[in-house]
Amino acid sequence: MLTLQAVLDGLLLGILFALIAYGMALQWGVMNIINIAQGDLVILGGYIAYFMYLYGIHPAWGVIVSPIIMYFVGVVIYKLVINKVVDRDLFISILATFGISILFMQLMNFAFGADVVLANSGYGTTMLFDNSVTLPNSKIFSAFISIVFAIGLVIYMKKSKLGRAIRATAQNARAAKILGVDTEKVYAATFGINAALCGVAGALISITFTIHPYMGLPYTIRSFMIVIVAGLGNLPGVAMSGMGLGVFEEFADYILGTEFRIGSVFLLLVLILVYRRFKLSRKREYLK
Amino acid sequence: MKNSLILYSAILIFGIAAPFIFPAFKVQLSILCILIILAITWNVQGGEMGYNTFGNILFYGLGMYLCASVQVGMFFPLGEWTEGGGEKTFVHTPAQFFQGFAVGLAVAAVVPAIIAGLIGYSILGLRGHYFAICTLGLGVAAGEISGGIEIIGAGQGFTTPPFPNVDRLEARGEFFYFCSFIVLVFTFLAVKAIYSTRFKLVLNAIRDNEDKAEAMGIQTMKYKIIGWMISAFFCGLAGGIMGGLVGYIDSTDVAFDGREMGVFMVLMAILGGKGTLWGPVIGATLFHIFKEGFWTFFLGWQYVALGVLIVVIVIYFPEGIMGWLREKYPERFGEVVDEADRKAQVTLK
Repeated sequence: MLTLQAVLDGLLLGILFALIAYGMALQWGVMNIINIAQGDLVILGGYIAYFMYLYGIHPAWGVIVSPIIMYFVGVVIYKLVINKVVDRDLFISILATFGISILFMQLMNFAFGADVVLANSGYGTTMLFDNSVTLPNSKIFSAFISIVFAIGLVIYMKKSKLGRAIRATAQNARAAKILGVDTEKVYAATFGINAALCGVAGALISITFTIHPYMGLPYTIRSFMIVIVAGLGNLPGVAMSGMGLGVFEEFADYILGTEFRIGSVFLLLVLILVYRRFKLSRKREYLK
Repeated sequence: MKNSLILYSAILIFGIAAPFIFPAFKVQLSILCILIILAITWNVQGGEMGYNTFGNILFYGLGMYLCASVQVGMFFPLGEWTEGGGEKTFVHTPAQFFQGFAVGLAVAAVVPAIIAGLIGYSILGLRGHYFAICTLGLGVAAGEISGGIEIIGAGQGFTTPPFPNVDRLEARGEFFYFCSFIVLVFTFLAVKAIYSTRFKLVLNAIRDNEDKAEAMGIQTMKYKIIGWMISAFFCGLAGGIMGGLVGYIDSTDVAFDGREMGVFMVLMAILGGKGTLWGPVIGATLFHIFKEGFWTFFLGWQYVALGVLIVVIVIYFPEGIMGWLREKYPERFGEVVDEADRKAQVTLK
């Protein structure tokens, strides 16, 4: 029954990862930027929900408030830093966002302190299968909200004017520009939407799990991993590999012990990259 | 030639005299030497070969743990040592200490190089940002995993053997300073010698266009692995000395410190100028001076400053100091400049 518990935990966790990875895939596909600060945006979103909880507002409202604030944070980051690295070498963007990540980590450490915190939603737990499987309702809630946001965003990208402009820019930025799309605005909006998704995910994480200023990097690595496994622009793949990663993590936690959990995630990233490299090298190609 | 000989001997004399001129800064000078070594080794990869790695911290941390473990393990049971933590049940005699440190350094240099050779074939097949992220993952994974291994201290850290004869703290500073300075001179000369051979041209060819280099008949993988092994060798040495200098090894805060050292080495090389011999040296020196000044006067805000510094350097100064000098005085770098052509370019702008 522990196995079933781990699988269910992993699936619910994985849906959250997939939401973050969706944001990463969006900006990677549109702007060709790998954002190392992704995880720190998640944590910042989490602190917004946590502060609502501290001031007596139910943290579930953070799911609405956090993305709105994070959208503007994202746009500001774009205007200050990202728009200067969009056309440059990918390594430049990695290093620049690494700088942002360190900056955010430390500012959050100053502002909110180095304690591990969580926003208690008071949702209680659900027992399944003769009380052998325990599922906190907050996890079910967060998975549900993630799915709602993901589906909403997919529909928005398909139907709205901005969504179509974003997809056009992703296909060919120059052609989109010729046809009258303001790519600068599209990029800012994309980064903002990515940050907003991180905000939602962060709020959910602060309700379900715990947050800490230095916990950002693992979320970045997880979303990067999910995107490279699924491939850019493959949304069902992102959801599937997100859940797969969640299950893997729960099992690693359960078999190897909690102290090796983060280590095993990073090691899995290395293994996946190496596996893909060998698979492609048979065709004399490499990961692009 | 004559000028450079004078320059080199001036630096050498300054290096030997430095701990006696500035006795209060011995530890800082040793750290400066270590930082320069790290910047030079990163430059072999990131600058000359074009493989921007965040993972050289892996070899640095590995060297640190190996050197200390060998130094302890040669004479005492390692498990009991780390379990004892701060309380010293075992004491190295001076002969044991130096013997252990010498053997430890040798192991700390050779083993990372072998590991680089072993994993090189898998990892170096990745290119560009995939390589960068993969090596970032390697470094963090090593830190997390070593933090869970009981025999090297796990979460509570590993105290390296204290320098014998504790009341003479003076000698300790000088010993570690000269260790790091000798290794620095050795690293610099080795890298300078390598840069004057065909090897460097191959590395540059890989950076400029790997597919073409392969099509020209160069076995790029072989050269990439050798390049990485050279980096790992000197990174391991630097790590071993740093472990003895700091006196305490923690898995994520000292050894596999991707947030500090791992980023510093990239930043120093970029600040000085990627792909030049002197760039990393200048970059590391300036960076260390800036860092120490900032760390002292704005304690607590250092990471904020570091984050801002990374962003500013990367966005506004990606060519580094040497790149800027090269643009300003191309003649001094051996580039032939046609004056009329240069003027024409200026007017075109």
